[in-house]
Amino acid sequence: MYKLLLCMRYLKTRYIALASIVSVMLGVATMIVVNSVMAGFTNEMRDRIHGFLADVVVESRSMDGIIDGKAQMKVVQEAAGDYIAAMTPTVEVPGMITYNDPITGETFTQPIQLLGIDPGGKASVGPLKTYLDSYNQILEDGTVTRDRLRDYETPLGWELTDSAASYRRMMKQQMMLMIQDDKTEGPFGSVVESKGTAGSATTLPAPDFDSPPSTDAVANAAPDLDSPFNGNEPVTPVDPAAPMPARIYIGEQITSFQTRDPETGNLHKVNMVNPGDDIIVTTIQSNTPPEPISFSATVVDMFRSGMSEYDSQLVLMNIEQLQQNRGMIAEDGDAITSIQIRLHDYKDADEVVKRIKAAFPPGMVTVSTWEAKQGLLLSAVEVETAILNVLLFMIIAVAGFGILAIFFMIVVEKTRDIGILKSLGASSNGVMSIFLSYGLGLGVVGSAAGVGIGLLFVRYINEIEDGLSWITGRKVFDEKIYYFPEIPTQVNVMMVTWVALGAIGIAVLASVLPARRASRLHPVRALRFE
Amino acid sequence: MTHNSQNWPHSTETLKMTTPLISALAIEKSYSKGQHKIPVLRGAGLTAQRGEFISVIGQSGSGKSTLLHVMGLLDSPDNGEVLLEGKRIDNLNQAARDQLRNHVFGFIFQFYHLLPELTLLENVMTPLMIRHSLFSYWAKRKEIRHEAMEILQQVGLGHRIKHRPSELSGGEMQRGAIARALIAKPEILLADEPTGNLDSSTGREIMETLKKLNEETQLTIVMVTHDEAIAQQAHRIVRLAEGQIATIGREEAA
Repeated sequence: MYKLLLCMRYLKTRYIALASIVSVMLGVATMIVVNSVMAGFTNEMRDRIHGFLADVVVESRSMDGIIDGKAQMKVVQEAAGDYIAAMTPTVEVPGMITYNDPITGETFTQPIQLLGIDPGGKASVGPLKTYLDSYNQILEDGTVTRDRLRDYETPLGWELTDSAASYRRMMKQQMMLMIQDDKTEGPFGSVVESKGTAGSATTLPAPDFDSPPSTDAVANAAPDLDSPFNGNEPVTPVDPAAPMPARIYIGEQITSFQTRDPETGNLHKVNMVNPGDDIIVTTIQSNTPPEPISFSATVVDMFRSGMSEYDSQLVLMNIEQLQQNRGMIAEDGDAITSIQIRLHDYKDADEVVKRIKAAFPPGMVTVSTWEAKQGLLLSAVEVETAILNVLLFMIIAVAGFGILAIFFMIVVEKTRDIGILKSLGASSNGVMSIFLSYGLGLGVVGSAAGVGIGLLFVRYINEIEDGLSWITGRKVFDEKIYYFPEIPTQVNVMMVTWVALGAIGIAVLASVLPARRASRLHPVRALRFE
Repeated sequence: MTHNSQNWPHSTETLKMTTPLISALAIEKSYSKGQHKIPVLRGAGLTAQRGEFISVIGQSGSGKSTLLHVMGLLDSPDNGEVLLEGKRIDNLNQAARDQLRNHVFGFIFQFYHLLPELTLLENVMTPLMIRHSLFSYWAKRKEIRHEAMEILQQVGLGHRIKHRPSELSGGEMQRGAIARALIAKPEILLADEPTGNLDSSTGREIMETLKKLNEETQLTIVMVTHDEAIAQQAHRIVRLAEGQIATIGREEAA
């Protein structure tokens, strides 16, 4: 009984011990905040990776793909049909895109990863609409600066939005004017025609009309643009503003760059390619040796998954056109390079992978879960978190040494009291447990305060961020850099428990040595101590 | 810490009139200071009958405090024996010694040695808190509190129970220390210079309290002092010089 009483009294009266409580508290709070933010980021990142990768991916070993995608999907369906919620064939191949900077006219060529999809099928294995520009509002500082261009219920497809279509018409007319004036072809037309070797889709339809539209007509063209062409074209009217058969969704980071406004210092994005523009896609045919092909494609939409790896590399294209251009169309079934699969329950992924692997001849395909495909990145993040935790736990360990030092001091200060207690019949263990429970008390109070502060910090982290931004006059967490409108956090109860228990454990451990010293004090010498 | 009653059979039925309550026989004790061994007690002994009031007198360094500590099991002798009712107690294990200190001996010190963090009442209750585990203390807390209040009334401190030792005068603190020693219902009160730090009138008060205790409750008291006048108030005086008994005997009060 006296142990508890004394321990409580020491807690209340030794203000120096508050220092160790504060250090435990800070350590615990920091660990909780950092872990929660890390977990939030990781979660967000996993979501984004997962969004583009589906649960399980079956890939052919060769870039030429495997023949007859339908038959392959049937094999998959037979092997693990019970688990599969949806699947879609895709064609994945490296490529390049070439486009013009609309302002300087400079031509850029960039490597990309081309992914042929069926939009409906892709949307059935993972979110797609949420990534596409036209389906989402544009928010800036919390206010809508552009409403969504397509109703969310509109099925996914390769059609241009109204604004993209009118933009395209306008651009085409301007270009035609330029052609008329200069008697030269724009860089686009010439490039495409000189390389136009890859089938019907590769040639840009030449402006095919007898009399050029008058400047007035162009100026007034916007409401009914087709009339000038239709009027003069008796046979098969060709609309030069009609999009190319090859359509793409382009990752928004590929053709855009961030620039800082010289006046306000704010970052803003400059797009060099907009929906409605044509760009040239270059990739390889599925022959051996592979030969390059180029074709024009119309940008239908931009996507932004939030994973820079995808947004700066990936171009989604209509799969039929890609198959056709690459020569993957065959009588006995069109070839594909991979199948993306969504499962009913991701827990079954390993089982599904095993079954699908067994269903295909060895060496023909690789089957992996999205986690395995991004294993390196995910494990890098895990290692990062682990290292961070080790480092942060050092903070608490330092607090532990603080407790150790302060406790030694207190034991020295209390030497005579220890002698008194022993003369009154207190056992050595009793004296020891006074100081152990003192350490426990410090740990518990410090941890509790740390958990409280840490959770509050996490709860109000965005408000705190706003406050810091206001004080420093600079955005601490810029959504344009990090892609998040808010700092994502995720509080894991187990993590909080472990951190708190760890801190308490360290506090108790740190008090063991001083407590042992106290318990071993000789009563007479302790009593004589001045 | 639970009191195990079979640890120490100090039942009174085996007590014979001839067996002294406590006796320290031929105690030798030395302290090592650096390389040197300094003998403090060289075969000193002391025997007290139940109800006796003995003062041990001697100059500083004569070993009188050490003798008291050895008798009270705060220290163990290098040689010699301490007997309680004829049974050797100085070689018992630590737990049994702790128990004896809690049940049989009461200590009073020159510097009172109250715990500064506790109120006077809590200080007085400390021996019983040590004796009882958390739960049995909780069960008996009212009883214990009542007992402590009663003893504090007895020593005339009933009005100061909420005060910290730092807010009490020397005499009050010493009376508090006596109350703390008494609450455990000890058989032997060991007092180490109880008046050494008090002015003479306060010292007299303390002595009166001790004498009254001795007379009224037949409490055995062994008191160490260097003050001739204080020593004379005991039944018997043991004079220590250089770690040995110089004189034993009853001297007439001056």
